[in-house]
Amino acid sequence: MNKRLSIGKVLLYTVLTITAGFTLYPFLWMISASLKPLKEVVGGQMSLFSENMSFDNYRYIFGRTSLFPRWFLNSLFVSVVGTTINIFVNTMAGYALSRLSFPGRNQIFYALLALMMIPGQVLLIPNYLIMHRLGMLDQYSSLIVPAMANIGNIIMMRQFYINFPKDVEEAASIDGLGRYGIFFKISMPLSKPIISTQAVFVFMGFWNEFTKPMLYIKTATKYTLTLGLQTFSSKDAGTMWHQVMAAATITVIPIIIIYLIFNKYFLVGVRMDGEK
Amino acid sequence: MSDSLNQITQKRYRYSKKAKKEHKQAYLFVAPAVFVSAVFIGLAVLFVIYLSFHKVNLFKHTYSFLGLDNYARAIKDTTTRVAFKNTLTFSAIVVPTQTFLALVLASLLNSKIKGKMIFRAIYFLPTLTSSSALTLIFMFMFSVTGPINGFLIKMGWIDVGINFLENPAFALKVIMAMNIWSTIPFYMTLYLASLQDLPDSIYESAEIDGAGPVRKFFSITLPYLKPMTTYVLITGIIGTLQMFDQAYIFSNGSGGPANSTLTVSLMVYRYAFGTQNAMGFAATLAVMLAVVILLLSILSNKLNKSDSWY
Repeated sequence: MNKRLSIGKVLLYTVLTITAGFTLYPFLWMISASLKPLKEVVGGQMSLFSENMSFDNYRYIFGRTSLFPRWFLNSLFVSVVGTTINIFVNTMAGYALSRLSFPGRNQIFYALLALMMIPGQVLLIPNYLIMHRLGMLDQYSSLIVPAMANIGNIIMMRQFYINFPKDVEEAASIDGLGRYGIFFKISMPLSKPIISTQAVFVFMGFWNEFTKPMLYIKTATKYTLTLGLQTFSSKDAGTMWHQVMAAATITVIPIIIIYLIFNKYFLVGVRMDGEK
Repeated sequence: MSDSLNQITQKRYRYSKKAKKEHKQAYLFVAPAVFVSAVFIGLAVLFVIYLSFHKVNLFKHTYSFLGLDNYARAIKDTTTRVAFKNTLTFSAIVVPTQTFLALVLASLLNSKIKGKMIFRAIYFLPTLTSSSALTLIFMFMFSVTGPINGFLIKMGWIDVGINFLENPAFALKVIMAMNIWSTIPFYMTLYLASLQDLPDSIYESAEIDGAGPVRKFFSITLPYLKPMTTYVLITGIIGTLQMFDQAYIFSNGSGGPANSTLTVSLMVYRYAFGTQNAMGFAATLAVMLAVVILLLSILSNKLNKSDSWY
């Protein structure tokens, strides 16, 4: 019995490790290539390691003539501002749709559900024209304003506040807090875990967005990282794989750090999705 | 008229001062979300449908009504057919493969595992990474002098590196491989999370009844995961049919080599924002794609609900 169990365990960890290896392999190559000189990167070598490894590529992309640091800050700015606005907009809407009663509440909820079904690709052309009309093209606002609310997260917050204990709010009300005070000082701070889940996914969405900056942003100094990354690969002299991989590594690192810090909130998100 | 008047007086009676304050707060709270969704989704969708019946001249700002001409053109157009064929092939291969492999791996791994955190962190990596970075990593891996060709040459299977990126026979397949690779670990984690709620006692009683591992998989695991499978299938269909970033980056926006990576979304982009200056026609293609996505999502939802596994 014991023996059979251990064979099962060995098999289990073998499958786990092989899957992990498959997943990691391209990332290991990314890091490896980011540390090698171009000559070795395109040399068709099979080894991940080399004697000539250095941080030269990183030094180059962060160099004085490079726009890369600027793009990094642009991405950070758009992601942080966009996420902050999203948290308030989604949480307030979710709260109103579950906790407050008002005429038209159900109609608004079902309208939002219907709008959520519309595939994003179909909205690119009209939104481009709308933003053209509003003079928002080539501005950071074109990346932030249309993505200020997220219907999926509004529904998640609504679900959360449906189950949120009423007596906490009642107690706060007796203590003399007004309606807005109750929301901003009691209900919202008490929902930190679910707000973190929301924040993590929204931030990831902003940070990794490619299509919108590609369409809306034209000035090179206003590029986000995802867009700037592509300029390394479309230079006339052929693709600078060593620099591309260094730049790619830098774009991945902040998200990995966020994942490691907010690990448990990612899982909450997974569970939430699973319940749909 | 008298009816609505009646309603108003009734409402006046019903809503106290306190209730009115609550309404005010509620409208304030939903206003930003409703505004953004109404303009950038609601209005946008009406606008794109309007555009699809028109010929658009961006410079002169004229919209001339064409009726169904754009739709007729799309149906006859050979490039459109290529784009839809590429997109549907992509979806038809990627969605079943990723769903099946994620499901099998999850049911294999559904046991008490040590080091769960580390494995999960690794499996999440592709989900965390932008398509922009992932596509470049894969383009590097599959480049003529890249590690994949290096491996094939070393094994003696080929003499000269294959130009995966510029060969029409391979280009879309590389993107497929990338998509399957990057989504399996995430969907597997979804399945695993869902399996955690399945009580062990069900498996134990099945074992007592003499069920083997295969029987247990088909009679317990699969039916239990059905709602999750519907979710994985639908998000897979929606995601793959809209595939744009990878094809754009891979082909530098051209859909090449020889239109082999031209997806519908990429074609929409090329016609709307490229040299063709055919925004109305592009809008038509986008609307057609949305209809296909909607129909396929409804269909897969229906199919997965109809056969009674429970």
